[in-house]
Amino acid sequence: MLRYLIRRLLWAVLLFVAVTIVTYIIFYAIPADPARLACGQRATPECIKRAAHYLGTDRPLYFQYYKFFGRLMPFSFRGGPHLKEPRLGRSFTNRQSVNSVVAHAAPVTASLVFGGAVFWMLIALPVGILSALRPRSLLDRIAMVFVLVGISAHPVWIGLLFAYFFGFKAGLFPITGYSDFFAHSGDTSAGPVQWAYHLVLPWATFAILFAALYVRMIRANVMETLNEDYVRTARAKGAPEWLVMRSHVLRNALLPVVTMLGMDIGIALGGAIFTESVYGLPGLGKTAITAIDSFDLPTTQGVVVFATLVIIVFNLIIDLLYAVIDPRIRLS
Amino acid sequence: MALLEVNDLKTYFRTDDGVVRAVDGVSFSVDKGQTLGIVGESGSGKSVTCLTIMGLNSKRSAISSGSALWKGEDLLTANPRRLREIRGSEIAMIFQDPMTSLNPVHKIGDQLSEAMRLHEDVSRKQARARAVELLKAVGIPRPDRRLDDYPHQFSGGMRQRVMIAMSLINNPDLLIADEPTTALDVTTQAQILTLIERLQEEFGSAVIMITHDLGVVAEIADDVVVMYAAEVAEKGHVEQIFKKPHHPYTWGLMGSLPRLDADVERLVQIQGQPPSMLRPPTGCRFHPRCPYVMPICKEVDPELTAVSDDPGHLQACHLDEETKDREAAKLLAGMMSGQTAS
Repeated sequence: MLRYLIRRLLWAVLLFVAVTIVTYIIFYAIPADPARLACGQRATPECIKRAAHYLGTDRPLYFQYYKFFGRLMPFSFRGGPHLKEPRLGRSFTNRQSVNSVVAHAAPVTASLVFGGAVFWMLIALPVGILSALRPRSLLDRIAMVFVLVGISAHPVWIGLLFAYFFGFKAGLFPITGYSDFFAHSGDTSAGPVQWAYHLVLPWATFAILFAALYVRMIRANVMETLNEDYVRTARAKGAPEWLVMRSHVLRNALLPVVTMLGMDIGIALGGAIFTESVYGLPGLGKTAITAIDSFDLPTTQGVVVFATLVIIVFNLIIDLLYAVIDPRIRLS
Repeated sequence: MALLEVNDLKTYFRTDDGVVRAVDGVSFSVDKGQTLGIVGESGSGKSVTCLTIMGLNSKRSAISSGSALWKGEDLLTANPRRLREIRGSEIAMIFQDPMTSLNPVHKIGDQLSEAMRLHEDVSRKQARARAVELLKAVGIPRPDRRLDDYPHQFSGGMRQRVMIAMSLINNPDLLIADEPTTALDVTTQAQILTLIERLQEEFGSAVIMITHDLGVVAEIADDVVVMYAAEVAEKGHVEQIFKKPHHPYTWGLMGSLPRLDADVERLVQIQGQPPSMLRPPTGCRFHPRCPYVMPICKEVDPELTAVSDDPGHLQACHLDEETKDREAAKLLAGMMSGQTAS
């Protein structure tokens, strides 16, 4: 178990380095100069030179990466080995600390992604299971149409439709904006209710694609498990149908779903970009888009670093969890 | 009264290609403590017959008729609740493939005690004690420790032992064993068969042994039903069947038993393939493969009738008794000569 953990962590470090290097190289390949942008429309050569020196973009790429990596490490050897706060640097465009940019944006995206995940599982579980139990029934056919629409339609389009009909026409939900979950003192506009109220449409939009994928997967898994020999054994023992479903079918059919959930969190972070743009949520996706638009390497890199860490940690948790729920898997 | 009496049982499956007649008018009965062997090729309807009795066919596609009287009560028309009460407690079943018949995510002990707790109001502890007792009876070493193991920690033979333990936990009156040794290797097969025989004596259960292996039948059965293409070709007491088989299909089965005492170029087999039950042959269903086929066989499906000098021995074939006597004698002489020569 310990050896497995160590091996996994080493892989995680390697993966992390690879991802950040790739981001640097891609950024370097883009024909744009952040220093020039910093100086505005009528940039003089001196200004650009000074800005480049200030931003550090006049140094070679590997040196920039080295500086970035050094800042990120939670320890330093300069002036004797000591621990320090890992930092992501400062934004090229407004000199804000990227740590604080990410810290403000992450809860928004987390609210969207996890709330969305709950939303899509709440749709996918009952629909998937019921259509597996009654294949070719009306419910099953309607569900399949929903799946096709959900998989084909782009979240931006769905988002705009929802915003127009439920937000603008019906006036049921706010079309844009985000409200904090924790109310600050004296601020009555925040709190869990407002938070959820502002997120209903984004959640629904975000959940549709995944709900569709999961309905299809859950349906297939349940149907396959229903044909397993051990399900017949359970019936032959005289188990009532609800017990057969709960203890023998679902327990096995939903094992792969747990893995999928873990892996999809990464994809979901990417998908969040669209939903955040449509509903103007100040999350990581929106931050990344703004940063890329203005060639703000530290902020872009900050979002990438954070997302990579989240995905690595999630995959690890899911692997460990899987070993707990599936006795056939022993980590060694 | 017989323990189980099956009368004119039919089970058809609706499929996209049409109706498959998996069981087409099968009758037999099992008495208390008796062993019935059902023999036939794959697809002859042996398993479906038993699944129908247990009510385990898919309700969506299977249609059944006839009756299966369990102590006088028709299982085919019994309500699901009553059927659940009988399943697992009065009639238990073990299946062909022990590797897939146990739930991989539950501990052996939990699966065993589940079988008991479904039917009897006992505490966890009592059920566990009974599970240990049964695992011991089927020959699993250190049963109290193995209760907390998962199926994948057992070998195929051991899993079949666990399945047998699970089926016997409620002292059933009838045990249906659906090819319980087919998926096991030869040495394990013999062990499992001996085990079933020993436990049958110990628990006093009747057994229906489904198999395609005549050797198994000869070993443990009292009565034999030979099935071909969803129908009964021949049935009778095991001695009647083996001393004087009356149906060309039974001859074929016996003739194709591998012999260890004589070198052969290739194994003897019954020519042709079992028919598709979507469109079974007209007349006698065996006629396309029968070496003794006569014109009448293609037209008229032979009734299952008693052999004249041998009541209780039923067969469905148009051949005259004289030819049958001769051919059966020839077949048996061939088998015997092999034995005496060795």
